[in-house]
Amino acid sequence: MHIKYESQLREPLVYGEKNFHQVTEDILRPIEVKPSRLWYVGFFIAVSLLLFGVYSLYREVTYGVGQWNLNKTIGWGWDITNFVWWVGIGHAGTLISAVLLLFRQGWRTGVNRAAEAMTIFAVMCAGQFPIFHMGRVWLAFFIMPYPNSRGPLWVNFNSPLLWDVFAISTYFTVSLLFWYSGLLPDLATVRDRAFTKLRKKLYGIASFGWTGSTKHWQRHESLSLVLAGLSTPLVLSVHTIVSFDFATSVIPGWHTTIFPPYFVAGAIFSGFAMVQSLLLVVRKVFGLTDYITIGHIDLMNKVIVLTGSIVGIAYLTELFMGWYSQNKYEGYTFWYSRAYLFSPYGWSYWGMMACNVLSPQIFWSRKMRRNVFVTFFMSIIVNIGMWFERFVIIVTSLYRDYLPSSWSVYYSPSIWEIGFYMGTFGLFFTCFFLFAKYFPVIAVAEIKYVLKRSGESYKPGFEKLEAQTLDSFVHDNAHAH
Amino acid sequence: MAQKKFVVGCFDEEKVLFPAVKQVRTAGYKIKDVYTPFAVHGLDHALGMRETSLHTAGFIYGITGTATAVSAISWIFTKDWPLNIGGKPHFALPAWIPIIFELTVLFAAVGMVMTFCWLCQLAPGVKKHHFHKRATDDLFVMVIECTDKTNTNDLVALLKSNGAVETDVQVAEDGWWFGTYDTEEKPAVQVSM
Repeated sequence: MHIKYESQLREPLVYGEKNFHQVTEDILRPIEVKPSRLWYVGFFIAVSLLLFGVYSLYREVTYGVGQWNLNKTIGWGWDITNFVWWVGIGHAGTLISAVLLLFRQGWRTGVNRAAEAMTIFAVMCAGQFPIFHMGRVWLAFFIMPYPNSRGPLWVNFNSPLLWDVFAISTYFTVSLLFWYSGLLPDLATVRDRAFTKLRKKLYGIASFGWTGSTKHWQRHESLSLVLAGLSTPLVLSVHTIVSFDFATSVIPGWHTTIFPPYFVAGAIFSGFAMVQSLLLVVRKVFGLTDYITIGHIDLMNKVIVLTGSIVGIAYLTELFMGWYSQNKYEGYTFWYSRAYLFSPYGWSYWGMMACNVLSPQIFWSRKMRRNVFVTFFMSIIVNIGMWFERFVIIVTSLYRDYLPSSWSVYYSPSIWEIGFYMGTFGLFFTCFFLFAKYFPVIAVAEIKYVLKRSGESYKPGFEKLEAQTLDSFVHDNAHAH
Repeated sequence: MAQKKFVVGCFDEEKVLFPAVKQVRTAGYKIKDVYTPFAVHGLDHALGMRETSLHTAGFIYGITGTATAVSAISWIFTKDWPLNIGGKPHFALPAWIPIIFELTVLFAAVGMVMTFCWLCQLAPGVKKHHFHKRATDDLFVMVIECTDKTNTNDLVALLKSNGAVETDVQVAEDGWWFGTYDTEEKPAVQVSM
């Protein structure tokens, strides 16, 4: 027998008195009823954005990368900024599902399914940017190493850009497998409750004939654990490799060894912010506030304040090294191009600082962490800030290089560049709306597993006790003497 | 694939399920399986199942990935087409570590998921007999395969006395077949009690 200590101060993972059937009912209801008007409106907007993105890409493919306002000096602009931004967002899902599984954080069960889905959609969006940035996108398969009639001329395995190809495609594949293998039991639950023939047929195909056999569960558990173990270093490697795209170059502002941890922390930071934005809406619209509780929001905000502060330290370290190295190119990039407010792109640096470092500090307050509106607002601010971070890193390092005659001050995106970015929003939300309509947004089986032990010993009275100051506690209790 | 006769007992609580498993096994019956809505830890041991070796398979797939990456890249860069990249060594192992790592993970993950599906016989279009619809909702469904000697009445009585909320005797296909869930189950014949 295991003896397990359960904190009496820890909140329950699921609110209310539920039994297994009630859990099934609650979580599957949104996919068994007709979607609300709001869903159709949202879906329509998402699809419209997607179509605008498709048209923007059509322009780019037809007329070339010249449709974007990139120039010889600023050769990476919105496209690579957006790529890094989306990949970063795609880190929270695996972090929640894998790292928190290894750390035995029970609260992950309420949020992991939606976060993993978000990861997959975000990586799909991210992948578009480098592929279309190639220009002649119909030759994109040249990046894969395969015996070919061109020599065979192989790809350069020593190049961080190729590492990225492997990292992103592996990350996408593994996340997809992890997500879908976790979905199988829940899809089987949907199948067995299906009320139309078509639903029975489609969910039957999608659930691969899952029965819930004990042996299958045993293997499923083993599979999840090993996939989590594999995904944990994988998720760290992916953003590390994305940062190598910059860090292995000799551009001041990119050539820093601090990049890998700094990028990973930033990725978790922005990923959690995106999870917050989505889940705050999902829990309200689908009536899942008992499963995605204020406790979950509180915990995720703690992660946000931690990673935001790590990112802040990284920014300060960069500034310090810009001075301490006494390298004038480094000093110029960090202290003039970035930190000087009135330099051409100073506004973006201070926008980043305000959004990423200063504003999340509000989450040191428990009251703010548990405030839904503040959280939603902050999650948007953080994602704007993280977009600025990537923009700052890319553009402020490029626009004034070693050769003053090729300096370029003004870069503003063309409508087709913006359209491409909007299009990925369309893709992301189209996928997410479909996911929320047709798949269980919370892992039903996992909730049932944590249900039986979550918060049985929770004493709500302790909350008041915890909030009480020492003095008033003594005052209330010590008068007997 | 053959039609077999099964006795089915449904339980609605883990607390009742575990003693029942013990009682049924002690009475000498062989439990074919217990279908549960979620992973019940310890049930595999209670049923006398051995540990899965899936993780070992995963390790072998991972090593295969490592070997594939190391051998492919080194052959390409030292033998097939030695590119001169800034006069650096052709055999540049440190620069290959990211790709070696990624392929290790990729092979391990893909291999394990495919092995998992193979072992559990899960695939799109695969159909199996389901002993109870609520096995994926809120019931723990114990299934015992009958032999010639099994007295189904005794067994049902034993299950009931151990807290089964529903019992049933079914003749069903053991194994899987290709089919969809919107059509009637192919072989299931219910024997009324």
